[in-house]
Amino acid sequence: MFSPFITQASSVRAIMFQVLLALLPAIAVYVWYYGPAILVSITLASITALATEAAMLRLRRRPIAPFLSDNSALLTAWLLALSIPPLAPWWLVVVGTLFAISVSKHLYGGLGSNPFNPAMIGYAVLIISFPVQMTHWITPHGLGQLELSVMEQLRYIFAGQLPAGATLDAVTMATPLDTLKTQLHLGHAVSDILGMPIYGHLAGHGGEMVALAYVLGGAYLLANRIITWHLPLAFLAALFITAGIFHLADPAHYVSPVFHWFSGAAMLGAFFILTDPVTSPTTIRGKFIFAAGAGFLTYIIRVFGGFPDGIAFATLLMNICVPLIDAYTQPPVFGKKAEGKNDSASGKKDMQ
Amino acid sequence: MLIALLVMSALALLLGAVLGFSAIKFRVEGNPLVDKIDAVLPQTQCGQCGYPGCKPYATAIAAGEADINCCPPGGEEGIRKLADLLGVEFKPFGADTAGPKPKSVAFIDESTCIGCTLCIQACPVDAIVGAAKQMHTIVAAECTGCELCVPPCPVDCISMAVIADNISTWKWQYPVFPLRAVPAASQTTANI
Amino acid sequence: MRTLYHFHGGVHPPTHKSQSVQTPIAQAGLPTRLLVPLHQHVGNSAKPSVQVGERVLKGQIFGMPEGSVSSAVHAPTSGIISAIDMQVVAHPSGLPDLCVTLIPDGRDEWIKREPLDYRSVSPGDLRQLLRFAGVVGLGGAVFPSDLKLRGGKHKITTLVINGAECEPYITCDDMLMRERADEIVRGAEMMRYILAADEVLIGIEDNKPEAIAAMRAAVIANRLASMEIVPVPTIYPGGGAKQLIRVLTGIEVAAGVRSTDMGVQCFNVATAYSAYRAIAHGEPLISRIVTVTGNVQRPQNFEVLIGMPVHELVALAQPGSDTNGHIMGGPMMGVTLPSDRVTVTKATNCIIESSPALFPPPRQPLPCIRCTRCAEVCPAELQPQELYWFARARDFGKAQEYHLFDCIECGACSYVCPSSIPLVQYYRFAKSEIWANEREKEAANLARERHEYRELRIERDKQEKAEKLAQKEIAALAAKAAAPAAQPPAQTAPAQPAVGDPNAGDTAQQMINAAIARAKEQAAAVKAKNTEALTPQQQAEIAEIEARRAKLRAMSHPDAESPQE
Repeated sequence: MFSPFITQASSVRAIMFQVLLALLPAIAVYVWYYGPAILVSITLASITALATEAAMLRLRRRPIAPFLSDNSALLTAWLLALSIPPLAPWWLVVVGTLFAISVSKHLYGGLGSNPFNPAMIGYAVLIISFPVQMTHWITPHGLGQLELSVMEQLRYIFAGQLPAGATLDAVTMATPLDTLKTQLHLGHAVSDILGMPIYGHLAGHGGEMVALAYVLGGAYLLANRIITWHLPLAFLAALFITAGIFHLADPAHYVSPVFHWFSGAAMLGAFFILTDPVTSPTTIRGKFIFAAGAGFLTYIIRVFGGFPDGIAFATLLMNICVPLIDAYTQPPVFGKKAEGKNDSASGKKDMQ
Repeated sequence: MLIALLVMSALALLLGAVLGFSAIKFRVEGNPLVDKIDAVLPQTQCGQCGYPGCKPYATAIAAGEADINCCPPGGEEGIRKLADLLGVEFKPFGADTAGPKPKSVAFIDESTCIGCTLCIQACPVDAIVGAAKQMHTIVAAECTGCELCVPPCPVDCISMAVIADNISTWKWQYPVFPLRAVPAASQTTANI
Repeated sequence: MRTLYHFHGGVHPPTHKSQSVQTPIAQAGLPTRLLVPLHQHVGNSAKPSVQVGERVLKGQIFGMPEGSVSSAVHAPTSGIISAIDMQVVAHPSGLPDLCVTLIPDGRDEWIKREPLDYRSVSPGDLRQLLRFAGVVGLGGAVFPSDLKLRGGKHKITTLVINGAECEPYITCDDMLMRERADEIVRGAEMMRYILAADEVLIGIEDNKPEAIAAMRAAVIANRLASMEIVPVPTIYPGGGAKQLIRVLTGIEVAAGVRSTDMGVQCFNVATAYSAYRAIAHGEPLISRIVTVTGNVQRPQNFEVLIGMPVHELVALAQPGSDTNGHIMGGPMMGVTLPSDRVTVTKATNCIIESSPALFPPPRQPLPCIRCTRCAEVCPAELQPQELYWFARARDFGKAQEYHLFDCIECGACSYVCPSSIPLVQYYRFAKSEIWANEREKEAANLARERHEYRELRIERDKQEKAEKLAQKEIAALAAKAAAPAAQPPAQTAPAQPAVGDPNAGDTAQQMINAAIARAKEQAAAVKAKNTEALTPQQQAEIAEIEARRAKLRAMSHPDAESPQE
């Protein structure tokens, strides 16, 4: 045995479990607005994730029990399920999870070694491969539209059948961000578009409430020191500032920063995606650069890009930069702050 | 057309001049590669590589005449360093090369020594003190453990003693925590 | 109220200190046998200055300091020396080291002690006195105190006395401050005198109110205006010398920098106490306070003679039956002892009897998830997750670039790691590999230098011979020219042994063969003659010489640095 002989009672499993707990309020709000379809896709994703994890561990000749019970595969599954439309065919979430766990996690060395956020890789693969299915979002509850019952949602997910008389267009809609982009293309002003019934007080009706629930979950994680404030703050600040500059310059064409905060996956990204420790920088300065870059890119992709949301691609782009950011943001160590960088060279003993 | 030709030739001349100048100005004395290789070699001067010392072996490697896997005292670590330095593939020790031995030091049994000075002549690093018909002894701190003094001794009074770890040279071990391997693949113990 | 500074990181492990402070310091008494290692301090091992069979008095020097970084070792009581040999010592390696075994005669008879008034002695002489009194840092680092009392480039403004004692379980400094505060502050004042420091700050963690009160009273009683007791926040590793200096003065002493060069020096309270005993009473360092705690019925502090076997010491505290190991030091930085037969040294501040309930076996490590909790708690402000990565990959150059040697091995990173990675173990591994590499490098450089010199010499000899030969030939030619008709040249040859002469070779070979035969005879004769009928005295001498030879043989090259510092 080696010192230290005592350790704090913390574990990867407990950390991941707390993140899962923090997602529960958002899932509850999700169910309230969009029906229980999300629970189905979360279940599907979880089963696929655990099965893939077990199979990959076996292939890689790693012990299965300690890794399967570390909750990291479950977390990837939940985050992916929350990022894709709940009323999607069952195979969509299965394919996405399969890819996320096998390719982007295990082929890179498993837990701790993946350079890219697995859930976002899964999302990116799906939106590139199946763009149509990825845009069928359920119309939220309370808009007076046709709403599917539990059985009807299940039947669509597993068999692809809608009730007689209903069309896919009647029960789904484009996301508020997508709608905004389309309407702006058609020449409408922001103020007119936001008057549409799908928009609520802050952003999209329903979606804004889910975003608030993510904030609640994020607050729980911050309070329990699972995540630090640097990443969410830098991300939200960068998104706010970028959006604010455009909004101030031309309010008719560029929507307010608050709208950007509470629409799409911004809050999910800020508190749950970017804060994935494996794929984010380890230094404080690095965290600011990483998250600010992601915030800026998110806005650029949302407003000028072709995809409905920018979180996934912004995260992946910044993931690429993490080793570089880490290497260039090493903080000075105890007693060597004033002397600066030269010190590391002189302190280093010649290895040759 | 003419202008292009002129420009290109002028450029060629200019660059040629720069190259020529720097060849004179930044001229490197000796072969730096030999020194770099020599720095990696363990300097036991034992000749097990087939060359009369570490420097000649380094020279031979640099000239491409010798392989990098001929130095048993350097161990596999040494081969790896040479491979890194020269940008070639790692090569295990050849079948005809004796593998690395634990580091040892020569020891002269002083009661048997006849003072023939043959070992003194054999020692590549002058680590044996003594004179004709006088008892010889090894300066342990300077002995490289090359064993070159062992065969010349007519009375076989030189033995090699393996250097045991002592408290000052003891090393902390690499922490190994074998994960319980999957039954199907119990031959691989993965440590993480 | 003094402004205190803050250092980065730190953890709050449960302290477990209260159980061992219930009773006052007890005397551990005389063991049946004392085994005193000669290498108990940083630097060179002390050189034995006594003989086997000799009777020594309490406080008599066993081993003389050798070299500039070394310290003396003394007889902890009076008795007969029964052996000077290699014995397993209190070190995680479980390797033997040179020890003096002393059988106490029970009379506990002191050498002549000479009390001194430190004001009448020069600082230089006091340092020399401490060196020969064997006073070393008792906080665990065991660095010779006389060296630390030498001034640096700058004037020493602050002398920090470390009474923080931040590691869980350990209470030896706490109890010492409660019971012997007067001696500690006097010792600190002597150290201040030697260093010519302006002020003395005694830092004590605020979870030791009794010690703070006792020390304050002692400062007031001794009317020491330049001395101040400063309660510091309780946080691990707030008792690390660098951390305490930072908290009290705001100065950050980087790794590899002498704190005296920054105008500050730091000593443990127990070291100050020992310095006082050495100067004011002439008593060398032969005992120390050791906390015995953990899985024992009566956790307590003992005043223990250096060299007392651990099993005899822990027996006084009645260890539990499920004890499965012995930890020397605290649970954060301590080491497991190879067995309980090893003995207490100057570095032994605490013995914790471990049991599966107290220290459950480490969990299976999982991969690092880069959560940076280790970086958050690292008092040296390192990036432990990066260092772990490099150490694991044996990329030692990169590890040094990321300041591996600034790591103080406090264990805070391993303590918080959710993946249960033995981080400190990786750093220790990397450090000792780097040290070993450097030793090899030095040996290789020495060998290269000597080999090149030899080549040069051989070349020079050859040239000189050639020149001589040439001169001789010239002389011979001249002689020939001078004496035209003389003997044929072949007859001049026998003067020097010609290479081609078969007879000469034969005679040489015969001579060698004769010598070999003689040597063989001798070898047989030597063994027959003088190994029998020896007095015990002679036998002991032979054994000692053999031991010394074996040790010499074992040490292939002298090591300036020991990896255990």
